[in-house]
Amino acid sequence: MTIGIAFWVLAVVSVAAGIAVFVVNSMARATYALAVSFIAVGLALLLVNLEYIGIVTVLMMIMEMAIMAVYMVMFMGMNPALMPMSMVHSQKRAVVIGAGTFLVLAAGALFVPWPARRGVPAADLTASLGEALMGSKMLVMMTISPVMFATIVAGIVLAAPRTRYDRFGDDLTRRQPLDPQSGGVGR
Amino acid sequence: MVTVAAAPWVLPVLVVFVMIALGAAAFDAVLANRRPGALLIPGDEMARLLRQRRRTTVSADSPLWRIGGGGLIVAALLMVVVIPVGGVALTDLSVGVVWFNTMDVAVWALVWLTGWGANSAHSLVGGYRFLAQALAYELPLMFALTAPAVGAASLRLADVVAAQQGLWFVVWMPVAFVVYLIGVVGFSVWGPLNPAAGRDIAGGILAELSGVDRLLVLAGRYALLSAGAAFAVPMFLGGSAGLPWLAGLLPGWVWFTVKWLLLLACLVATRRRIPTIRPDRFVEAGWLVLLPVTLVQLLVVSTVVVLRS
Repeated sequence: MTIGIAFWVLAVVSVAAGIAVFVVNSMARATYALAVSFIAVGLALLLVNLEYIGIVTVLMMIMEMAIMAVYMVMFMGMNPALMPMSMVHSQKRAVVIGAGTFLVLAAGALFVPWPARRGVPAADLTASLGEALMGSKMLVMMTISPVMFATIVAGIVLAAPRTRYDRFGDDLTRRQPLDPQSGGVGR
Repeated sequence: MVTVAAAPWVLPVLVVFVMIALGAAAFDAVLANRRPGALLIPGDEMARLLRQRRRTTVSADSPLWRIGGGGLIVAALLMVVVIPVGGVALTDLSVGVVWFNTMDVAVWALVWLTGWGANSAHSLVGGYRFLAQALAYELPLMFALTAPAVGAASLRLADVVAAQQGLWFVVWMPVAFVVYLIGVVGFSVWGPLNPAAGRDIAGGILAELSGVDRLLVLAGRYALLSAGAAFAVPMFLGGSAGLPWLAGLLPGWVWFTVKWLLLLACLVATRRRIPTIRPDRFVEAGWLVLLPVTLVQLLVVSTVVVLRS
Protein backbone atom coordinates (compact mmCIF):
# COMPACT_ATOMS: atom_id res chain seq x y z
CA MET A 1 0.00 0.00 0.00
CA THR A 2 2.63 2.54 1.08
CA ILE A 3 4.93 1.34 -1.68
CA GLY A 4 2.11 1.67 -4.18
CA ILE A 5 1.40 5.26 -3.13
CA ALA A 6 5.12 6.10 -3.17
CA PHE A 7 5.46 4.61 -6.65
CA TRP A 8 2.57 6.61 -8.06
CA VAL A 9 3.71 9.85 -6.45
CA LEU A 10 7.24 9.39 -7.80
CA ALA A 11 5.96 8.34 -11.23
CA VAL A 12 3.69 11.38 -11.51
CA VAL A 13 6.45 13.71 -10.27
CA SER A 14 8.97 12.31 -12.75
CA VAL A 15 6.61 12.62 -15.73
CA ALA A 16 5.31 16.06 -14.69
CA ALA A 17 8.84 17.37 -14.17
CA GLY A 18 9.81 15.86 -17.52
CA ILE A 19 6.97 17.77 -19.21
CA ALA A 20 7.98 20.92 -17.35
CA VAL A 21 11.40 20.76 -19.04
CA PHE A 22 9.75 21.75 -22.32
CA VAL A 23 7.12 24.09 -20.93
CA VAL A 24 9.23 26.48 -18.87
CA ASN A 25 11.00 29.38 -20.53
CA SER A 26 14.29 29.50 -18.66
CA MET A 27 17.39 27.36 -19.02
CA ALA A 28 17.85 27.11 -15.26
CA ARG A 29 14.27 25.97 -14.69
CA ALA A 30 14.44 23.44 -17.53
CA THR A 31 17.70 21.97 -16.23
CA TYR A 32 16.48 21.63 -12.68
CA ALA A 33 13.09 20.29 -13.78
CA LEU A 34 15.05 17.54 -15.51
CA ALA A 35 17.03 17.03 -12.29
CA VAL A 36 13.78 16.63 -10.32
CA SER A 37 12.54 14.10 -12.88
CA PHE A 38 15.73 12.04 -12.52
CA ILE A 39 15.64 12.31 -8.72
CA ALA A 40 12.12 10.87 -8.72
CA VAL A 41 13.33 7.99 -10.92
CA GLY A 42 16.29 7.40 -8.59
CA LEU A 43 14.01 7.32 -5.56
CA ALA A 44 11.65 4.94 -7.37
CA LEU A 45 14.59 2.50 -7.64
CA LEU A 46 14.63 2.41 -3.83
CA LEU A 47 11.19 0.80 -3.98
CA VAL A 48 12.71 -2.33 -5.54
CA ASN A 49 15.45 -2.35 -2.87
CA LEU A 50 18.16 -1.11 -5.21
CA GLU A 51 19.46 1.24 -2.55
CA TYR A 52 22.93 1.86 -3.92
CA ILE A 53 21.86 2.34 -7.53
CA GLY A 54 18.91 4.53 -6.52
CA ILE A 55 20.93 6.89 -4.34
CA VAL A 56 23.86 7.01 -6.74
CA THR A 57 21.43 7.92 -9.52
CA VAL A 58 20.23 10.86 -7.44
CA LEU A 59 23.83 11.85 -6.68
CA MET A 60 25.04 11.68 -10.28
CA MET A 61 21.99 13.43 -11.71
CA ILE A 62 22.17 16.39 -9.32
CA MET A 63 25.88 16.73 -10.01
CA GLU A 64 25.40 16.44 -13.73
CA MET A 65 22.53 18.91 -13.88
CA ALA A 66 24.40 21.44 -11.71
CA ILE A 67 27.25 21.38 -14.23
CA MET A 68 24.94 21.16 -17.22
CA ALA A 69 23.05 24.27 -16.15
CA VAL A 70 26.30 26.22 -16.45
CA TYR A 71 26.97 24.90 -19.96
CA MET A 72 23.36 25.39 -21.06
CA VAL A 73 23.41 29.00 -19.95
CA MET A 74 26.77 29.49 -21.69
CA PHE A 75 26.15 27.88 -25.05
CA MET A 76 22.43 27.51 -25.71
CA GLY A 77 20.28 29.71 -27.88
CA MET A 78 20.87 33.00 -29.66
CA ASN A 79 21.39 34.99 -26.48
CA PRO A 80 23.44 33.75 -23.57
CA ALA A 81 20.29 32.10 -22.14
CA LEU A 82 20.01 34.62 -19.36
CA MET A 83 16.76 35.85 -20.93
CA PRO A 84 13.49 33.89 -21.17
CA MET A 85 13.54 31.62 -24.21
CA SER A 86 11.67 28.68 -25.72
CA MET A 87 12.90 25.23 -24.72
CA VAL A 88 11.76 23.45 -27.89
CA HIS A 89 13.03 23.18 -31.44
CA SER A 90 12.20 20.82 -34.35
CA GLN A 91 8.91 20.42 -32.54
CA LYS A 92 6.94 18.25 -35.00
CA ARG A 93 9.72 15.75 -35.57
CA ALA A 94 10.41 15.56 -31.81
CA VAL A 95 6.74 14.92 -31.00
CA VAL A 96 6.52 12.15 -33.62
CA ILE A 97 9.73 10.48 -32.45
CA GLY A 98 8.75 10.82 -28.79
CA ALA A 99 5.24 9.43 -29.25
CA GLY A 100 6.54 6.58 -31.45
CA THR A 101 9.18 5.59 -28.91
CA PHE A 102 6.62 5.67 -26.13
CA LEU A 103 4.21 3.47 -28.08
CA VAL A 104 6.89 0.91 -28.95
CA LEU A 105 8.15 0.68 -25.36
CA ALA A 106 4.66 0.59 -23.85
CA ALA A 107 3.56 -2.09 -26.33
CA GLY A 108 6.65 -4.10 -25.45
CA ALA A 109 5.94 -3.80 -21.74
CA LEU A 110 2.32 -4.81 -22.13
CA PHE A 111 2.41 -7.50 -24.84
CA VAL A 112 5.71 -9.31 -24.36
CA PRO A 113 5.17 -12.28 -22.05
CA TRP A 114 7.45 -11.67 -19.10
CA PRO A 115 9.62 -14.63 -18.12
CA ALA A 116 9.19 -16.09 -14.65
CA ARG A 117 11.97 -15.26 -12.21
CA ARG A 118 14.57 -18.03 -12.10
CA GLY A 119 17.11 -16.75 -9.59
CA VAL A 120 16.82 -14.99 -6.26
CA PRO A 121 18.25 -11.54 -5.44
CA ALA A 122 21.61 -11.57 -3.66
CA ALA A 123 21.60 -10.88 0.07
CA ASP A 124 23.78 -7.79 -0.33
CA LEU A 125 22.90 -6.21 -3.66
CA THR A 126 25.57 -3.49 -3.39
CA ALA A 127 28.31 -6.05 -2.83
CA SER A 128 27.12 -8.28 -5.66
CA LEU A 129 26.96 -5.26 -7.98
CA GLY A 130 30.55 -4.43 -7.06
CA GLU A 131 31.65 -8.02 -7.65
CA ALA A 132 29.96 -8.07 -11.05
CA LEU A 133 31.59 -4.78 -12.08
CA MET A 134 35.02 -5.82 -10.85
CA GLY A 135 34.70 -9.47 -11.88
CA SER A 136 32.69 -10.77 -14.79
CA LYS A 137 32.07 -7.31 -16.32
CA MET A 138 35.61 -6.08 -15.76
CA LEU A 139 36.54 -6.33 -19.45
CA VAL A 140 33.68 -3.99 -20.38
CA MET A 141 34.72 -1.48 -17.73
CA MET A 142 38.36 -1.71 -18.78
CA THR A 143 37.34 -0.94 -22.36
CA ILE A 144 34.87 1.81 -21.62
CA SER A 145 37.07 3.72 -19.16
CA PRO A 146 39.98 4.50 -21.51
CA VAL A 147 37.56 5.36 -24.33
CA MET A 148 35.66 7.79 -22.11
CA PHE A 149 38.87 9.26 -20.76
CA ALA A 150 40.28 9.69 -24.26
CA THR A 151 37.04 11.37 -25.33
CA ILE A 152 37.25 13.85 -22.47
CA VAL A 153 40.91 14.66 -23.16
CA ALA A 154 40.24 15.00 -26.90
CA GLY A 155 37.26 17.25 -26.22
CA ILE A 156 39.33 19.53 -24.02
CA VAL A 157 42.21 19.61 -26.52
CA LEU A 158 39.82 20.59 -29.31
CA ALA A 159 37.99 23.18 -27.20
CA ALA A 160 40.92 24.83 -25.46
CA PRO A 161 42.07 27.93 -27.33
CA ARG A 162 45.55 27.78 -25.77
CA THR A 163 47.85 24.88 -26.53
CA ARG A 164 51.06 23.75 -24.88
CA TYR A 165 52.99 25.88 -27.39
CA ASP A 166 51.24 28.97 -26.07
CA ARG A 167 52.06 27.96 -22.53
CA PHE A 168 55.61 26.62 -22.87
CA GLY A 169 56.90 28.43 -25.98
CA ASP A 170 57.52 27.20 -29.54
CA ASP A 171 60.28 24.85 -28.43
CA LEU A 172 58.41 23.83 -25.27
CA THR A 173 61.44 25.04 -23.37
CA ARG A 174 59.83 27.55 -21.00
CA ARG A 175 59.96 26.22 -17.45
CA GLN A 176 57.12 28.33 -16.00
CA PRO A 177 54.02 28.15 -18.22
CA LEU A 178 52.73 31.50 -19.41
CA ASP A 179 49.15 31.47 -18.11
CA PRO A 180 46.68 34.34 -17.93
CA GLN A 181 46.00 33.29 -14.34
CA SER A 182 48.51 31.59 -12.15
CA GLY A 183 47.28 28.51 -10.37
CA GLY A 184 47.55 27.69 -6.71
CA VAL A 185 50.55 25.39 -6.60
CA GLY A 186 53.23 27.80 -7.72
CA ARG A 187 53.84 26.54 -11.24
CA MET B 1 24.28 -3.08 15.32
CA VAL B 2 22.15 0.00 15.41
CA THR B 3 18.66 0.33 16.84
CA VAL B 4 16.37 2.50 14.76
CA ALA B 5 14.79 5.19 16.91
CA ALA B 6 11.00 5.37 17.07
CA ALA B 7 9.29 7.99 14.91
CA PRO B 8 8.48 10.43 17.78
CA TRP B 9 12.24 10.87 18.30
CA VAL B 10 12.78 12.45 14.90
CA LEU B 11 11.60 15.92 15.85
CA PRO B 12 13.50 16.20 19.18
CA VAL B 13 16.73 14.99 17.55
CA LEU B 14 16.45 17.50 14.74
CA VAL B 15 15.62 20.28 17.24
CA VAL B 16 18.76 19.43 19.25
CA PHE B 17 20.75 19.49 16.02
CA VAL B 18 19.43 22.94 15.11
CA MET B 19 20.27 24.16 18.64
CA ILE B 20 23.85 22.94 18.18
CA ALA B 21 24.05 24.73 14.85
CA LEU B 22 22.83 27.86 16.63
CA GLY B 23 25.55 27.26 19.23
CA ALA B 24 28.10 27.19 16.40
CA ALA B 25 26.83 30.60 15.30
CA ALA B 26 27.15 31.90 18.88
CA PHE B 27 30.71 30.55 19.09
CA ASP B 28 31.61 32.31 15.87
CA ALA B 29 30.15 35.56 17.22
CA VAL B 30 32.27 35.24 20.38
CA LEU B 31 35.40 34.59 18.31
CA ALA B 32 34.64 37.63 16.16
CA ASN B 33 33.84 40.04 19.00
CA ARG B 34 36.06 38.62 21.75
CA ARG B 35 33.54 39.21 24.53
CA PRO B 36 31.12 36.76 26.20
CA GLY B 37 28.12 39.01 25.56
CA ALA B 38 28.48 38.23 21.87
CA LEU B 39 26.84 34.86 22.58
CA LEU B 40 23.49 36.57 22.12
CA ILE B 41 24.30 38.09 18.71
CA PRO B 42 22.90 35.17 16.63
CA GLY B 43 19.63 35.36 18.57
CA ASP B 44 19.38 39.11 17.98
CA GLU B 45 20.25 38.67 14.31
CA MET B 46 17.64 35.94 13.97
CA ALA B 47 14.94 38.17 15.48
CA ARG B 48 16.01 41.05 13.25
CA LEU B 49 15.93 38.97 10.06
CA LEU B 50 12.56 37.42 10.96
CA ARG B 51 11.05 40.89 11.25
CA GLN B 52 12.84 42.35 8.24
CA ARG B 53 10.73 42.92 5.18
CA ARG B 54 11.70 40.75 2.25
CA ARG B 55 13.51 42.70 -0.46
CA THR B 56 13.36 41.44 -4.01
CA THR B 57 15.08 42.22 -7.30
CA VAL B 58 13.79 42.89 -10.80
CA SER B 59 12.58 39.66 -12.50
CA ALA B 60 14.09 37.43 -9.83
CA ASP B 61 13.45 33.72 -10.30
CA SER B 62 11.73 33.47 -6.93
CA PRO B 63 10.85 29.74 -6.88
CA LEU B 64 14.38 28.64 -7.70
CA TRP B 65 15.82 31.27 -5.36
CA ARG B 66 13.71 30.09 -2.42
CA ILE B 67 14.36 26.41 -3.15
CA GLY B 68 18.10 27.08 -3.18
CA GLY B 69 18.13 29.09 0.02
CA GLY B 70 15.69 26.96 1.99
CA GLY B 71 17.18 23.68 0.79
CA LEU B 72 20.55 24.05 2.53
CA ILE B 73 19.17 23.41 5.99
CA VAL B 74 17.06 20.52 4.65
CA ALA B 75 20.15 18.91 3.12
CA ALA B 76 21.93 19.24 6.48
CA LEU B 77 19.01 17.65 8.35
CA LEU B 78 18.92 14.79 5.83
CA MET B 79 22.65 14.20 6.42
CA VAL B 80 22.04 13.86 10.15
CA VAL B 81 19.38 11.13 9.96
CA VAL B 82 21.86 8.36 9.12
CA ILE B 83 24.33 9.13 11.94
CA PRO B 84 24.27 6.56 14.76
CA VAL B 85 24.63 8.02 18.28
CA GLY B 86 25.26 5.58 21.13
CA GLY B 87 23.94 2.66 19.06
CA VAL B 88 20.75 4.46 18.01
CA ALA B 89 20.06 6.18 14.67
CA LEU B 90 17.00 7.67 13.03
CA THR B 91 17.45 5.35 10.02
CA ASP B 92 19.83 2.47 9.39
CA LEU B 93 20.44 2.92 5.67
CA SER B 94 22.63 0.24 4.07
CA VAL B 95 24.33 2.93 1.96
CA GLY B 96 24.61 5.70 4.59
CA VAL B 97 27.97 6.92 3.27
CA VAL B 98 26.58 7.40 -0.25
CA TRP B 99 23.52 9.10 1.23
CA PHE B 100 25.71 11.71 2.94
CA ASN B 101 27.64 12.18 -0.29
CA THR B 102 24.39 12.71 -2.21
CA MET B 103 23.29 15.39 0.22
CA ASP B 104 26.58 17.24 -0.07
CA VAL B 105 26.26 17.11 -3.85
CA ALA B 106 22.73 18.51 -3.54
CA VAL B 107 24.42 21.56 -2.01
CA TRP B 108 25.98 22.22 -5.44
CA ALA B 109 22.56 22.71 -6.94
CA LEU B 110 21.22 24.65 -3.97
CA VAL B 111 24.07 27.15 -3.78
CA TRP B 112 24.06 27.73 -7.51
CA LEU B 113 20.29 28.27 -7.46
CA THR B 114 20.71 30.76 -4.60
CA GLY B 115 23.17 32.63 -6.79
CA TRP B 116 21.04 32.34 -9.92
CA GLY B 117 17.62 33.18 -8.49
CA ALA B 118 18.37 36.75 -7.49
CA ASN B 119 18.97 37.85 -11.10
CA SER B 120 21.92 39.88 -9.88
CA ALA B 121 25.45 39.84 -11.26
CA HIS B 122 27.24 39.53 -7.93
CA SER B 123 25.02 36.67 -6.78
CA LEU B 124 25.53 34.85 -10.05
CA VAL B 125 29.31 35.22 -9.84
CA GLY B 126 29.06 33.71 -6.36
CA GLY B 127 27.08 30.74 -7.65
CA TYR B 128 29.59 30.08 -10.44
CA ARG B 129 32.50 30.41 -8.05
CA PHE B 130 30.94 27.80 -5.81
CA LEU B 131 30.60 25.29 -8.64
CA ALA B 132 34.21 25.78 -9.75
CA GLN B 133 35.37 25.30 -6.18
CA ALA B 134 32.99 22.37 -5.67
CA LEU B 135 34.55 20.52 -8.63
CA ALA B 136 37.91 20.83 -6.90
CA TYR B 137 36.86 19.66 -3.43
CA GLU B 138 34.21 17.10 -4.34
CA LEU B 139 36.36 14.37 -5.91
CA PRO B 140 38.91 14.44 -3.07
CA LEU B 141 35.97 14.44 -0.64
CA MET B 142 34.40 11.43 -2.38
CA PHE B 143 37.64 9.46 -2.17
CA ALA B 144 38.10 10.58 1.43
CA LEU B 145 34.65 9.13 2.20
CA THR B 146 35.61 5.96 0.33
CA ALA B 147 38.59 5.28 2.62
CA PRO B 148 36.58 4.45 5.80
CA ALA B 149 34.06 2.51 3.69
CA VAL B 150 36.89 0.38 2.25
CA GLY B 151 38.39 0.00 5.73
CA ALA B 152 35.06 -1.28 7.05
CA ALA B 153 34.11 -3.15 3.83
CA SER B 154 30.65 -1.58 4.13
CA LEU B 155 28.73 1.58 3.26
CA ARG B 156 26.57 1.19 6.36
CA LEU B 157 27.58 3.59 9.13
CA ALA B 158 26.98 1.02 11.88
CA ASP B 159 29.56 -1.27 10.22
CA VAL B 160 31.99 1.63 9.82
CA VAL B 161 31.71 2.35 13.55
CA ALA B 162 32.05 -1.36 14.42
CA ALA B 163 35.21 -1.63 12.30
CA GLN B 164 36.87 1.05 14.43
CA GLN B 165 36.83 -0.92 17.66
CA GLY B 166 40.46 -0.93 18.73
CA LEU B 167 41.80 1.65 16.31
CA TRP B 168 39.98 4.75 15.10
CA PHE B 169 40.19 5.40 11.38
CA VAL B 170 41.60 8.88 11.99
CA VAL B 171 44.82 7.22 13.22
CA TRP B 172 45.60 5.33 10.04
CA MET B 173 43.65 7.50 7.55
CA PRO B 174 44.77 10.98 8.63
CA VAL B 175 44.95 12.31 5.07
CA ALA B 176 41.40 11.22 4.32
CA PHE B 177 40.28 12.87 7.57
CA VAL B 178 41.89 16.21 6.71
CA VAL B 179 40.59 16.14 3.12
CA TYR B 180 37.13 15.29 4.45
CA LEU B 181 37.23 18.34 6.73
CA ILE B 182 38.33 20.54 3.81
CA GLY B 183 35.32 19.21 1.92
CA VAL B 184 33.01 20.03 4.84
CA VAL B 185 34.33 23.59 4.99
CA GLY B 186 33.86 23.73 1.21
CA PHE B 187 30.24 22.59 1.03
CA SER B 188 29.35 24.82 3.99
CA VAL B 189 30.64 27.87 2.02
CA TRP B 190 32.64 28.57 5.15
CA GLY B 191 35.87 30.22 6.29
CA PRO B 192 38.75 29.81 3.84
CA LEU B 193 36.42 28.33 1.20
CA ASN B 194 33.73 31.01 1.18
CA PRO B 195 34.65 33.03 -1.94
CA ALA B 196 31.12 32.25 -3.23
CA ALA B 197 29.93 34.62 -0.49
CA GLY B 198 33.07 36.76 -0.61
CA ARG B 199 33.28 40.43 0.29
CA ASP B 200 35.03 41.18 -3.00
CA ILE B 201 31.75 40.42 -4.80
CA ALA B 202 29.52 42.24 -2.30
CA GLY B 203 28.56 39.03 -0.50
CA GLY B 204 28.08 36.92 -3.64
CA ILE B 205 25.21 34.51 -3.10
CA LEU B 206 24.22 36.50 0.00
CA ALA B 207 24.24 39.84 -1.82
CA GLU B 208 20.51 40.18 -2.47
CA LEU B 209 19.16 37.97 0.31
CA SER B 210 17.11 39.62 3.03
CA GLY B 211 14.70 38.75 5.78
CA VAL B 212 13.83 35.12 6.32
CA ASP B 213 15.55 34.06 3.08
CA ARG B 214 18.85 35.37 4.39
CA LEU B 215 18.24 33.74 7.76
CA LEU B 216 17.68 30.35 6.11
CA VAL B 217 20.88 30.56 4.08
CA LEU B 218 23.01 31.71 7.02
CA ALA B 219 21.45 29.03 9.26
CA GLY B 220 21.92 26.48 6.47
CA ARG B 221 25.67 27.14 6.41
CA TYR B 222 25.96 26.53 10.15
CA ALA B 223 23.73 23.46 9.85
CA LEU B 224 25.91 22.02 7.07
CA LEU B 225 29.05 22.67 9.10
CA SER B 226 27.47 20.97 12.13
CA ALA B 227 26.26 18.00 10.06
CA GLY B 228 29.70 17.61 8.49
CA ALA B 229 31.34 17.61 11.93
CA ALA B 230 28.78 15.11 13.26
CA PHE B 231 29.31 12.77 10.31
CA ALA B 232 33.08 12.75 10.89
CA VAL B 233 32.53 11.15 14.32
CA PRO B 234 31.22 7.75 13.09
CA MET B 235 33.43 7.88 9.99
CA PHE B 236 36.81 8.67 11.52
CA LEU B 237 36.57 9.17 15.29
CA GLY B 238 35.20 5.82 16.45
CA GLY B 239 31.55 6.86 16.73
CA SER B 240 30.26 6.72 20.28
CA ALA B 241 33.28 4.82 21.63
CA GLY B 242 35.24 6.53 24.39
CA LEU B 243 38.99 6.95 24.66
CA PRO B 244 40.39 3.45 25.34
CA TRP B 245 41.30 3.89 29.01
CA LEU B 246 38.35 6.16 29.88
CA ALA B 247 35.59 4.48 27.89
CA GLY B 248 33.56 3.32 30.89
CA LEU B 249 33.41 6.75 32.50
CA LEU B 250 30.76 8.29 30.28
CA PRO B 251 27.85 6.92 28.22
CA GLY B 252 28.26 6.65 24.45
CA TRP B 253 26.16 9.62 23.49
CA VAL B 254 28.26 11.90 25.73
CA TRP B 255 31.44 10.76 23.99
CA PHE B 256 29.78 11.35 20.65
CA THR B 257 28.73 14.87 21.64
CA VAL B 258 32.16 15.75 23.05
CA LYS B 259 33.90 14.69 19.83
CA TRP B 260 31.29 16.39 17.67
CA LEU B 261 31.45 19.72 19.50
CA LEU B 262 35.27 19.80 19.62
CA LEU B 263 35.45 19.17 15.88
CA LEU B 264 32.70 21.70 15.19
CA ALA B 265 34.53 24.33 17.25
CA CYS B 266 37.69 23.75 15.19
CA LEU B 267 35.76 24.07 11.93
CA VAL B 268 34.02 27.27 13.09
CA ALA B 269 37.36 28.72 14.16
CA THR B 270 38.86 28.30 10.67
CA ARG B 271 36.86 31.33 9.60
CA ARG B 272 38.84 33.62 11.95
CA ARG B 273 42.17 31.83 11.58
CA ILE B 274 42.64 31.14 7.87
CA PRO B 275 42.20 33.74 5.12
CA THR B 276 39.85 33.11 2.20
CA ILE B 277 41.54 31.16 -0.57
CA ARG B 278 40.95 32.53 -4.06
CA PRO B 279 38.88 30.04 -6.08
CA ASP B 280 41.29 29.89 -9.03
CA ARG B 281 44.12 29.02 -6.64
CA PHE B 282 42.09 26.46 -4.74
CA VAL B 283 40.97 24.73 -7.92
CA GLU B 284 44.49 23.90 -8.99
CA ALA B 285 45.48 22.85 -5.47
CA GLY B 286 42.39 20.63 -5.28
CA TRP B 287 43.12 18.77 -8.50
CA LEU B 288 46.92 18.61 -8.30
CA VAL B 289 47.46 18.15 -4.55
CA LEU B 290 44.32 17.04 -2.70
CA LEU B 291 43.15 14.48 -5.27
CA PRO B 292 46.49 12.63 -5.65
CA VAL B 293 47.21 12.50 -1.90
CA THR B 294 43.69 11.20 -1.25
CA LEU B 295 44.16 8.50 -3.90
CA VAL B 296 47.47 7.48 -2.31
CA GLN B 297 45.69 7.32 1.05
CA LEU B 298 43.04 5.11 -0.48
CA LEU B 299 45.73 2.86 -1.97
CA VAL B 300 47.32 2.51 1.47
CA VAL B 301 43.98 1.67 3.06
CA SER B 302 43.12 -0.86 0.35
CA THR B 303 46.55 -2.50 0.65
CA VAL B 304 46.15 -2.80 4.43
CA VAL B 305 42.67 -4.31 4.00
CA VAL B 306 43.89 -6.85 1.44
CA LEU B 307 46.93 -7.84 3.51
CA ARG B 308 44.85 -8.17 6.65
CA SER B 309 42.24 -10.47 5.14
